[in-house]
Amino acid sequence: MTDLLAARAQMAMSLAFHIIFAAVGIAMPLLMVIAEGLWLKTREEVYLTLAKQWAKGTAIMFAVGAVSGTVLSFELGLLWPNFMAYAGPIIGMPFSLEGFAFFLEAIFLGLYLYGWDRIPKYAHWFAGMMVLLGGMFSGIFVVTANAWMNTPTGFSIVDGKVTNIDPIAAMLNPSSFSQALHMTIAAFLAVAFAVAGIHAYFLRRDPNNLFHRRAFAIALSVGGVFALLQPISGDISAKRLAKYQPVKLAAMEAQWETERGAPLRIGGIPNEDTEETRYALEIPKALSFLAHSDFNAEIMGLKAVPRENRPPVAIVHFAFQIMVACGIVLITAGVLGGWLAWRRKGLPTQRWYLRFVTLCTPLGFIAIEAGWTVTEVGRQPWVIYNIMRTADAVTPMPHLIVPFASFTVLYIFLSIIVFVLLRRHIFNAA
Amino acid sequence: MFTLELCIASVMLISLIIYMLTGGADFGGGIWDLFATGRRAKAQRTLIMEAIAPIWEANHVWLIVIIVLLFVAFPVAFAAISTALHIPLTLMLIGIVLRGSAFVFRTYDVQSDTTHRRWSQVFAIASAITPVMLGITLGAVASGTIHVDVVSGQVETDFFSAWLAPFPFAIGFFTLTLCALLAAVYLTLETKDLELQEDFRLRALIAAVSVGVMAGLSFILSVEGAPAIRSGLSSAPWSIPFHILTGAAALWAIWAIWKRQFRLARILVPIQVTLIVFGWGLAQYPYLVTPDLTFSNVAAPDVVLRSTLIILGVGGILLVPAFLYLYAVFKGTVRQAKTVPEHLDTHENDSA
Ligand code: HDD
Ligand code: HEM
Ligand code: HEM
Repeated sequence: MTDLLAARAQMAMSLAFHIIFAAVGIAMPLLMVIAEGLWLKTREEVYLTLAKQWAKGTAIMFAVGAVSGTVLSFELGLLWPNFMAYAGPIIGMPFSLEGFAFFLEAIFLGLYLYGWDRIPKYAHWFAGMMVLLGGMFSGIFVVTANAWMNTPTGFSIVDGKVTNIDPIAAMLNPSSFSQALHMTIAAFLAVAFAVAGIHAYFLRRDPNNLFHRRAFAIALSVGGVFALLQPISGDISAKRLAKYQPVKLAAMEAQWETERGAPLRIGGIPNEDTEETRYALEIPKALSFLAHSDFNAEIMGLKAVPRENRPPVAIVHFAFQIMVACGIVLITAGVLGGWLAWRRKGLPTQRWYLRFVTLCTPLGFIAIEAGWTVTEVGRQPWVIYNIMRTADAVTPMPHLIVPFASFTVLYIFLSIIVFVLLRRHIFNAA
Repeated sequence: MFTLELCIASVMLISLIIYMLTGGADFGGGIWDLFATGRRAKAQRTLIMEAIAPIWEANHVWLIVIIVLLFVAFPVAFAAISTALHIPLTLMLIGIVLRGSAFVFRTYDVQSDTTHRRWSQVFAIASAITPVMLGITLGAVASGTIHVDVVSGQVETDFFSAWLAPFPFAIGFFTLTLCALLAAVYLTLETKDLELQEDFRLRALIAAVSVGVMAGLSFILSVEGAPAIRSGLSSAPWSIPFHILTGAAALWAIWAIWKRQFRLARILVPIQVTLIVFGWGLAQYPYLVTPDLTFSNVAAPDVVLRSTLIILGVGGILLVPAFLYLYAVFKGTVRQAKTVPEHLDTHENDSA
């Protein structure tokens, strides 16, 4: 393993780990605030129990999210010092704002988790809302930093030196809106369905359990709403890619030739040596339409750029297919749930439906990981698109395999513990 | 002249001081968990846990603020430090991860006393390693052994010599003693149990003496280990009054602990620690990474600094009251015996 590869692997592993906890940190506060709000409104004890049980499970996730995020802030320098020396000031704005969002979140989290009996009821609920806002804005700000890596703006380069920095323009780069929107929705969607799936599992065994019925109702409604929004925001992302990162789009769709009326490919195996994609199911002209709202629009193919500027096509293509597939299943689950609820005028607790939702538990998280793979691997070989290559950003430190191996072992260990503890917590609460 | 980069540097120094006073004390709690002894070992551990639980995540964010400001305002210095000090920083990170996660795992994993003790151990050992690594990093930055090409930002030193030396290690253990002192003094006021209070009084005295020893040792080692800092600390016009002030605070603090004037000690010890960190900051000026990087030769462009300062100002107005409120809620009054919130206190039923 070269040092560059080890650094990339360590970064990818750390981020893939962190994003799970980050998504929980963004979305769980919404569920807790809803449950607590319903308690304040109806005074039904079960809602309070629900909010407390959710808070208890989430506390573990928050702590691991905070420490794994700290690791990331350092890793930006430990692994990519040249990138940070270059980009630090330009994307400093979102990072400093993010710092405040963390603060907001951590402070009110302390009050929320430990203040049940210490602060007035409405103050407690307010603390929950601040945790929600803090988490959402943490995510939004850091994603705008990532968006800048995709579409760097807000500076100019004179004689190889960065000048004319405009931090606001850098933060509000062309990808920021679509990425932040898509990620925030993804977090709510993934977490809501994971929670709904867990409670669906218990409802199948004990259909009249009030605790699980209420939990399932809240989580499924939230999940259903965001499932409908996600493809819309995904479409915004795809249109933005067509405009600003056509190579990434070509890799996602395994599109080799530049052509008008390009088809949408479902499945298929791209071959980077022969430069063709086989066995795909092709929907004629659909890609052109999705990317440009025009069935005959021209789509750039991978062959238009030299090989050394292409990302690994197969990974990007498969990851994209996985994300969209997960999205389609979740939308189905949401729409079906809405329809069943409307027909019944009540909670959709048909056994087959509960089983279906249970099976959906991991899908949102799989889609998140796949989606980030699309974004990050699809940007290769650039760390800052068209400006700095990943190979030029890496630290001169040798033997990077050692920290990579250490953090991998550490994170595997933590994952196991978190899994065991949450499992125990969930089964005990039930 | 108070330039923009100095304003940012001051915010970083203030954040470092607050991090020491709050987060440092949390590490100190872990150290005393490691050395919990005697009949009341369990009670000591419980007290430490209850004191830290609601606030450690908020305290921890100060470190993130420092790092973010470092890479936003002084990017080349961030790159140089994280390259030359890759190894101690990585160890510190592993410590941070293990400390934080072991702490929550312990809170939630009380199936049996043995697992509980095992998490306790991880938490305690990680709490001791992390501040040592932090101190080593600061010591190495001050030592003048990290050579950087200012224009390209390339580090010209190898990956060991800057930190694998007596002076950085002395600073590492100096930091450790400071954390231990802060924690012990705070803990005397966290309990109404007089015996526990005595336990932490004794610990505070031991820590206070160790701080003195480590301060002296660091100062002696600085002759060889960090000449630039040394001259700042000993020959600048402010240095003599400053030393007298710090020394007086330290002695007065020891006296207060001895006399069981814990409230007074809780004011004096933070002042002492503040003076120490502040003095280091003054001595370090104008270097960020001695001897090649100064605050001004690696500062980001003014637009960046200015916007960062605006964010800090506005954000501060929102956050400082919130941070104080957190402390008022959990630290405002002497804590009663029973403070574990009800949702954490359901373990017995849980494991049924
Ligand atoms: C629950 C998770 C989830 C679901 C169901 C989907 N996505 Fe997604 N997607 C993400 C979670 C995600 C993500 C992890 O959040 C990404 C990575 C970076 C980003 O901003 O969002 C992402 C990236 C991403 C990108 C690349 C953006 C870039 O490179 O900057 C596109 C084009 C789409 N998505 C499109 C879609 C479409 C058309 C979907 C149809 C259903 C879809 N996504 C479902
Ligand atoms: C949490 C969500 C994220 C995930 C799961 C993720 C995933 C990944 C993956 C898979 C890689 C490896 C790509 C490759 O080497 O082929 C990578 C690289 C990288 N990511 Fe991300 N990423 C995320 C967000 C971010 C953000 C927000 C930033 C910065 C602001 C960022 C900065 C980087 C950097 C600097 C690299 C290394 C250089 C490179 O390989 O391009 N990532 N990430
Ligand atoms: C290079 C990339 C990243 C860095 C440097 C980073 C840094 C951090 C840090 C330092 C924390 C801890 C804050 C605390 O102490 O409370 C944190 C937590 C968090 N991060 Fe990240 N992060 C990155 C990627 C992401 C991404 C892509 C998202 C999501 C969309 C995200 C969302 C969050 C959220 C919501 C939290 C708070 C929740 C929690 O504490 O579990 N982060 N991050």
